Amino acid sequence: MSLHTKNLAELSDKLKNKNISSVELTQYFLDRIEKFDGDLNSFVTVAKDHALTQARKADEVIASGKAGPLTGIPIAQKDIFCTQGIKTSCGSKMLDNFISPYDATVVEKFNDAGAVMLGKLNMDEFAMGSSNETSFYGPVSNPWNTKCVPGGSSGGSAASVAARLTPASTGTDTGGSIRQPASLCGITGLKPTYGRVSRYGMIAFASSLDQAGPIAQTAQDAGLMLNAMAGFDPKDSTSVDKEVPDYTADLGENLKGLKIGLPKEYFGEGLDSVVGDIINSAVEQYKQLGAEVIDIELPNSGLSVPAYYVVAPAECSSNLSRFDGVRFGYRCENPKDLEDLYKRSRGEGFGPEVKRRIMIGAYALSAGYYDAYYLKAQKVRHLISDDFKQAFKKVDVIMGPTSPNVAFNIGERSDDPIAMYLSDIYTIATNLAGLPGMSVPAGFANDMPVGLQIIGNYFAESRLLNVAHQYQLNTDWHKQMPENYR
Amino acid sequence: MSLDSDDVKKIANLARLQIDEADIPDYAKNLSNILDLVEQMDAADTDKVSPMAHPLDAVQRLRPDAVTEENQREHFQEHAPKVEDGLYLVPQVIE
Repeated sequence: MSLHTKNLAELSDKLKNKNISSVELTQYFLDRIEKFDGDLNSFVTVAKDHALTQARKADEVIASGKAGPLTGIPIAQKDIFCTQGIKTSCGSKMLDNFISPYDATVVEKFNDAGAVMLGKLNMDEFAMGSSNETSFYGPVSNPWNTKCVPGGSSGGSAASVAARLTPASTGTDTGGSIRQPASLCGITGLKPTYGRVSRYGMIAFASSLDQAGPIAQTAQDAGLMLNAMAGFDPKDSTSVDKEVPDYTADLGENLKGLKIGLPKEYFGEGLDSVVGDIINSAVEQYKQLGAEVIDIELPNSGLSVPAYYVVAPAECSSNLSRFDGVRFGYRCENPKDLEDLYKRSRGEGFGPEVKRRIMIGAYALSAGYYDAYYLKAQKVRHLISDDFKQAFKKVDVIMGPTSPNVAFNIGERSDDPIAMYLSDIYTIATNLAGLPGMSVPAGFANDMPVGLQIIGNYFAESRLLNVAHQYQLNTDWHKQMPENYR
Repeated sequence: MSLDSDDVKKIANLARLQIDEADIPDYAKNLSNILDLVEQMDAADTDKVSPMAHPLDAVQRLRPDAVTEENQREHFQEHAPKVEDGLYLVPQVIE
């Protein structure tokens, strides 16, 4: 039975109708991980015993007739979410020995929904990267071409779903880390509005930007996942106290009269022309579905990468100061005094990209530089956010490419941080503004997947999923699978 | 903005990071490039713009001043590098 070609909604039906048990389904995906992940390196930890225990419990719930849509469904978590009793590394040597004493809220919510956790997924170290090459556990390969990167930072999350080693996964997105790998791996990813999903137990990188979201095969699956993930959490002071709708309720709405904004800044210099053509044909398809296309401007979007590389490093330098070799995580051998303990534990525990960002942040926040860097960046952030506010007076959603290029070769950009940072030129602005965004498979350039980015207004996740779902009803890009994993 | 080796050493010290001497020129180059990228912000006129602290203009939520957490010291210390009698051990600080 080729269960890996089924999406989450289909698997849910199979479980409910007792065509298959959760234990069988879980074992099926554990076998696929065993068979295929040697090449891909998408998992840091496979939690076999834990998964089968959860699956047995899920089967009992299903037998009692109390199953929800995710009961017994195997998923995998990005290794940034704390899991009690199972290693949480965040892709870093610093946390290679770290077993969290508690579960992240996202993990708890999936447990409550009866989902089965197959394991923890590889990622760029502390979510800092766009290629999954900064991981302490080595790079992840792109299932469409194993010489290429899967994108990042949620590289393992995207690659594992693209190769169907798990039906769906979780990711986090600080500057594009769900959408860019989803685009490069040909799957569907959603970054919700800032504050929609609790950050409790999600290891912090840049607290004013970080947001968790689903990575899945379809928009419908992403909606099912978000139903479980979203909601107010008193343990996260920035989580938003706002009712959670059923994110699958509006999927069927037609798109007649939908106003799509195309920002000219997202189609200019730097965009691969084949990628641009694919995005334009996706937009054409939307016109055929009844949408109206309006040219818009986001005049300050060119400032988003510069502003981001102040805000994110500044917040990271503060957040990562907790890793000091004293209470948890890596400690250097034979420290000669306390300062040596701090410096060597951090120097040996963090990789070069993390160190670069901590240093940029420490510099930007140091005496005399605050106004020129952090304060300036926060003002620029306002300009960027105002651009979107103006745009959303005229349009319902904004569309463009998720990434300027398809997946690049492993090693191609790893020595040039700036080239790497520019992978996220189209995704970063939405994080700075706190808006929700999606990436949806829209075609192939040179046999590698291309993602269409759809950006919505605050808390318009239902609208985004509806817009993506209608496209997926009329296209089959999201059903394409890399040949070697069929 | 161009940073030299001394700047890198100063920043690494501020951030309590041990950096190998041999890697300093690379850090100086990369950090300078990042700051050049960042300084593209200077092109924007932000004199009349207020800084954005939160995307939804939310303010810090307060909770009642009540004890909600129980003491889990032993549980938390299970994974600490070095503890003794419930205390975290570090190299001697006071002679």
